[in-house]
Amino acid sequence: MAGAGEKALGLIRSYDGPALRMMEVCGTHTHEIFRLGVRSILPSQVRLISGPGCPVCVTGPEYIDQAVWLALEKGVQVCTFGDLVRVPGSRMSLAQARARGGNIKVVYSADDALDLAREHPDQETVFLSVGFETTTPAACLAVEAAEAEGVKNFSLLTANKTMPGAYRMLKDSVDVFLYPGHVNAIAGNGAARAMLGEGVSGVVTGFTAAEILTAIALALVHFKEGKPFFVNAYPRVVKEEGNLRARALVDRLMEPVDARWRGLGTIPGSGLELRRQYQAFDARKKFAVPVMEGRVDPACRCGQVLTGALTPGQCPLFGRACTPLHPVGACMVSEEGACSAFYQYGRQGEE
Amino acid sequence: MNEIVTLAHGAGGSQTARLIDRVFKKHFNNPQFTADDAALLDLSGKMAFTTDGFIVSPPFFPGGNIGKLSVCGTVNDLACMGAQPLYLSCAFVIEEGLPMAKLEEAAASMEETARQAGVRIVAGDTKVAGKGQVDQLFITTTGIGQVREGLRLSGAFAQPGDAVIISGDIGRHGCAILLARDDYGIKADVTSDCAPLWANVRALTDQVKDLHVIRDATRGGVGTVLYEIAAQSHVGIHLQASAVPVQDQVRGVCGMLGLDPLYLANEGRLVIIAPAARAEQIVEILRTCPNSENAALIGHVTDQLPGRVTVQTQIGTQTILPKPAGELLPRIC
Repeated sequence: MAGAGEKALGLIRSYDGPALRMMEVCGTHTHEIFRLGVRSILPSQVRLISGPGCPVCVTGPEYIDQAVWLALEKGVQVCTFGDLVRVPGSRMSLAQARARGGNIKVVYSADDALDLAREHPDQETVFLSVGFETTTPAACLAVEAAEAEGVKNFSLLTANKTMPGAYRMLKDSVDVFLYPGHVNAIAGNGAARAMLGEGVSGVVTGFTAAEILTAIALALVHFKEGKPFFVNAYPRVVKEEGNLRARALVDRLMEPVDARWRGLGTIPGSGLELRRQYQAFDARKKFAVPVMEGRVDPACRCGQVLTGALTPGQCPLFGRACTPLHPVGACMVSEEGACSAFYQYGRQGEE
Repeated sequence: MNEIVTLAHGAGGSQTARLIDRVFKKHFNNPQFTADDAALLDLSGKMAFTTDGFIVSPPFFPGGNIGKLSVCGTVNDLACMGAQPLYLSCAFVIEEGLPMAKLEEAAASMEETARQAGVRIVAGDTKVAGKGQVDQLFITTTGIGQVREGLRLSGAFAQPGDAVIISGDIGRHGCAILLARDDYGIKADVTSDCAPLWANVRALTDQVKDLHVIRDATRGGVGTVLYEIAAQSHVGIHLQASAVPVQDQVRGVCGMLGLDPLYLANEGRLVIIAPAARAEQIVEILRTCPNSENAALIGHVTDQLPGRVTVQTQIGTQTILPKPAGELLPRIC
């Protein structure tokens, strides 16, 4: 550790300002913060909460149920990001659907799914389009390409989400947001500035150890001064207006809808689905996917964990009924989930 | 040569005999290679004996193939017990339709690797399975080796204060296989570390007799092996993250897929645990041998947190290395 990181470490260790609650809202940040053991260097009055920024963690069981239905009832080739495979649905996960003969393919991007559709023109192929501002443009590009080439057997089961609604819902639980650098790189700093207008501070944060430590140090230094603040601590990647081309692309293909977040409930306008003129690529419309209610284990406390109301260790299922090998709640499935990280890295921050 | 393996090649008749002559006798030619029902071996002293099945997808990958792997895996298991590999048997299950040239490529690799390791292939078996019943080629090898005098090695012998040494950069085999599957559209120049390591163990044990543990960090990677040793020996193991050698390309691929090199498979890497006073000598000896030029001291054994592997991170904190769980699933973002 040298240079900026070293200086940041010093500033963090010597913080003597008032108590504060910081929330990292990006799953990659959660994972990295646990991996680096950042909580062990925070002064006791500084609390770091792992927010709802892992797309897998906020994906509800009803969504998994629909994907399983497509695979098993409709014989569709379902293409998914790897860490969605073990997320529990109401009755089964995609991994279990695969064991029952469902055609479930792990892909790394929407483009890979489109390739599979091209290679198997007689096989209906659905891409499970989850994710935030960062992954949505790629899904839109795949739809555009499919339309241009006349690929008819490709569609999206959308559960794309946007962050601003979540920030609004969480703002009373948080003093400072560590904003996800990659989301801001696409969407720009508008949402963060709107939060500042409501008195909630924030720092746009990069992903290396030095960048994360620097963002936390900046947050502490500014918080001690007492006035709400906003700092872009990831300027080499994040521009004020974001990526205008990506934003225009998403806007052309998709429109906001209300969306259900596992643990947080329905957040108005926080989801995206394909616009009417792209309905042919919307798996829900194409296959008349029934509305599903989704059932979660009532003892699961993922919701309170995501808002920072509970630490993972305070959930009655944690480490007993719910472990990374047998996850009950989604926060335990993804390596980026707060519960999984907390479990695997030895309950950091609980002592 | 467009010939393919057919079910007739596994039926035991003249076709089988031709296959054995053309491929196996040609490449496994040595005085003890048996034409009878079993090879006869003259042995005396303490022997190590082990077996391993190989089903790798894809069977041919940058840096090796299933044939090379099937010799390395068993030879290295013997070497880890301090045993000089003497004899191997091998059983092939071949998918109907496999090009004869592919089978021969695997057999030639076995010949070459066995020669490097100084081991003789003395018995074999061939079966042909219907299309789709196996993925091209499965190989099982069984090996027997002579244990060197004066060595006592086991995963249960790690002691607090011991040094933990790795024989080279980690994760290349697992990474090369992931890339060769081409599921992710990532291109990177990574070749498998697959290699026979008896020469390395011999050089080491020529000079150092008080080694405590040697393990080859295959499936599950270095992280899994360290957890196994920590459990077997009831000790904690503390790693210095910055000291673990990882090739830049491997680190890059892991970054993209959200994988930890500590959990990627190796097929030519040893984890060695020995008294701390020996650490420098061990690293020096390994660095003079092929396939272990990047050997490094990566941590130590402690009496803290028995059963756990901990890591000194780049920012100076101490964290627990997550235990391996389930299949490797790439993260989303």
